[in-house]
Amino acid sequence: MSARPAPLWLTAGVVPLVNVAAAFLAAGLVIALIGENPLEALQIMLRGALGSQYGLGYTLYYTTSFIFTGLAVAVAFHAGHFNIGGEGQALMGGLGAALVALSLPFLPWPILLPLCVLGAALAGAAWVLIPAYLQAYRGSHIVITTIMFNFLAATLLVYLLVGPMKMAGSMAPETARFVPGATLPLMNQMAAWFGLTLTRTPLNLSFVFAILAAIMVWVLIWRTRLGYAIRTVGANPDAAVYAGISPARITVIALLISGGLAGLMATNEILGVQGRLINEFTAGAGFVGIAVALMGRGHPFGIVLAALLFGVLYQGGAELAFDKPKITREMIIVIQGFVILFAGALEMMFADRIASLYQRFAGQPVSA
Amino acid sequence: MSEAFQIILLAVDSAIRLSVPLLFACLAGLYSERAGVVDIGLEGKMLIGAFAAGATASLVPNPWMGLLAAVLASVLFALVHGFASITQRGNQIVAGVAINVLASGLTAILGNAWFNQGGRTPQLPSGARFNEIVLPFAESARAIPVFGAIYAEVISGHSVLVYGALALVPLTWFILYRTRWGLRLRAVGENPAAVDTAGLSVTALRYSAVIMAGILCGFGGAYLAIAQSAGFITDMTAGKGFIALAALIFAKWRPVPALGACFLFGLLDAVALRIQGVSFPGIGQVPVQAIQALPYLLTVVLLAGFIGKATPPRAVGVPYLKERS
Repeated sequence: MSARPAPLWLTAGVVPLVNVAAAFLAAGLVIALIGENPLEALQIMLRGALGSQYGLGYTLYYTTSFIFTGLAVAVAFHAGHFNIGGEGQALMGGLGAALVALSLPFLPWPILLPLCVLGAALAGAAWVLIPAYLQAYRGSHIVITTIMFNFLAATLLVYLLVGPMKMAGSMAPETARFVPGATLPLMNQMAAWFGLTLTRTPLNLSFVFAILAAIMVWVLIWRTRLGYAIRTVGANPDAAVYAGISPARITVIALLISGGLAGLMATNEILGVQGRLINEFTAGAGFVGIAVALMGRGHPFGIVLAALLFGVLYQGGAELAFDKPKITREMIIVIQGFVILFAGALEMMFADRIASLYQRFAGQPVSA
Repeated sequence: MSEAFQIILLAVDSAIRLSVPLLFACLAGLYSERAGVVDIGLEGKMLIGAFAAGATASLVPNPWMGLLAAVLASVLFALVHGFASITQRGNQIVAGVAINVLASGLTAILGNAWFNQGGRTPQLPSGARFNEIVLPFAESARAIPVFGAIYAEVISGHSVLVYGALALVPLTWFILYRTRWGLRLRAVGENPAAVDTAGLSVTALRYSAVIMAGILCGFGGAYLAIAQSAGFITDMTAGKGFIALAALIFAKWRPVPALGACFLFGLLDAVALRIQGVSFPGIGQVPVQAIQALPYLLTVVLLAGFIGKATPPRAVGVPYLKERS
């Protein structure tokens, strides 16, 4: 006799929360280890991230990037693949946006801007094409190839930014500025069109794109034939074949979507904030996407929440480093590592125990 | 002596120095993956090892204590990886990513908090490092044509860890192919169910392999922090763990080819350092990035199946679940 499966609120609500709590507990221990008060640190972080319009703007600006990279990882997860190359695909997304912006500056903005966004998505997708093809048709492991492509993207970008694409007369590895028509408006500028006054922060229109992308991913995965095919391939590629689905084809398509989403991260940083292509602009957002996707359990709603949490961490962490010089910004990376560990690799550590606890209290029979 | 010969000798010499951390990490990955546990956490284990070595050697000015600390720290991380991938049967790749991210964050934050040098550990005096060993007769051998120069420039004058790493290659070959443990290790990476049926513990074998990987990554980290350099600096490994992973695939998970692959990638690194700003006749300047990209590019080409076929151990990445009836 088997026990009734645990309800959704338990597996999708309590278990992830316990995992994340474990990650924060571990991070708190690290803060205590360097002689600071973890609770005070948490307070400073929350106040810094959410306590003012300025802080909130920065928080949502970070959130934007993480939604894109988190969705990218999640779409690949649904097809059963681990796209660890978000970092490289996002870098190439920046390159794609910059190539459009710098080569077609004469176009009016209603044409140029969408082309730039498209350029970012296409370049991100293009960067995963070879790994995706090799995974689908030659069985080369996508994890290894995308790691290699991360390094290739980084070296390619350095080469271009110190060489062919470098702005004449500049010492820094960066391109010339884009024309205004190729940049996204900041949120405070858009608010001003409606007569509202907001503090100037890097938060820009791409935040809206990110939310739209999350909704579209939800529709794609759970409401379309393609999404069904992606989930089938992810769950059981052999069964997919019998259902008339080509796992190889779906693998390539899912990974291209994944790469495109990662590439769109550049709309936030390059089209929204920098207005030119700079080196290493992703600043690890591709890897945060892994933590975000794991924490959000592959669901767009969970991903937006997890991205928001990491946005709070990034902005709050910056404030924390300012207040407490001993807790440097790398504290965020430590928390990120613990989240990947507890919500990812040790995902099931608490799950069984929580389920059996629930069954004891709910009076359900426990399977022997 | 001709100038070209001298340049080649120096390039080979620096290639050896640069390939040693790759070799340690590559052999570490070899033990782990041959036993069926994917290890993309080589980078993180080396990094935490380097930090532990630099930090310890700055407090206790003895390189051996530094090495011991590096091994302990790296093994601790390896055990976390093992716990997640073997005991909890979690995703081994995700566990490896967690190790890398944790190591990168922890070394920076602890280094800054403990030493107040922006994440560095204090500059080590010569006595706290593994110094270069001049082999006997190195100077007098210079008089011998060709061999003398090779002996003095390339073979002599490395730290004990370099010779250790080179000795590890035949040792690993022997362990893997000529000992009982090695046979079992390879078996558990190919067919864990068969090993289980033979009455051996899959868990214990995989843990022993993961711990071995931890020890060797500790050696690699110690080499970076207290042999090659005089202290730890932030993000010291700079992707070497991933190049080692590439070398492991390139070597098709075999110890002797691993030496060749690591040396090749070390040589590419040495060449990239040397050709900066040099103009070649007929070609002009070769961008450094082109050379730096080669290890990654070659690995992808290999994985694509264009240079032979790299077949990983069959059970790699698959957690073992003993079936209960």
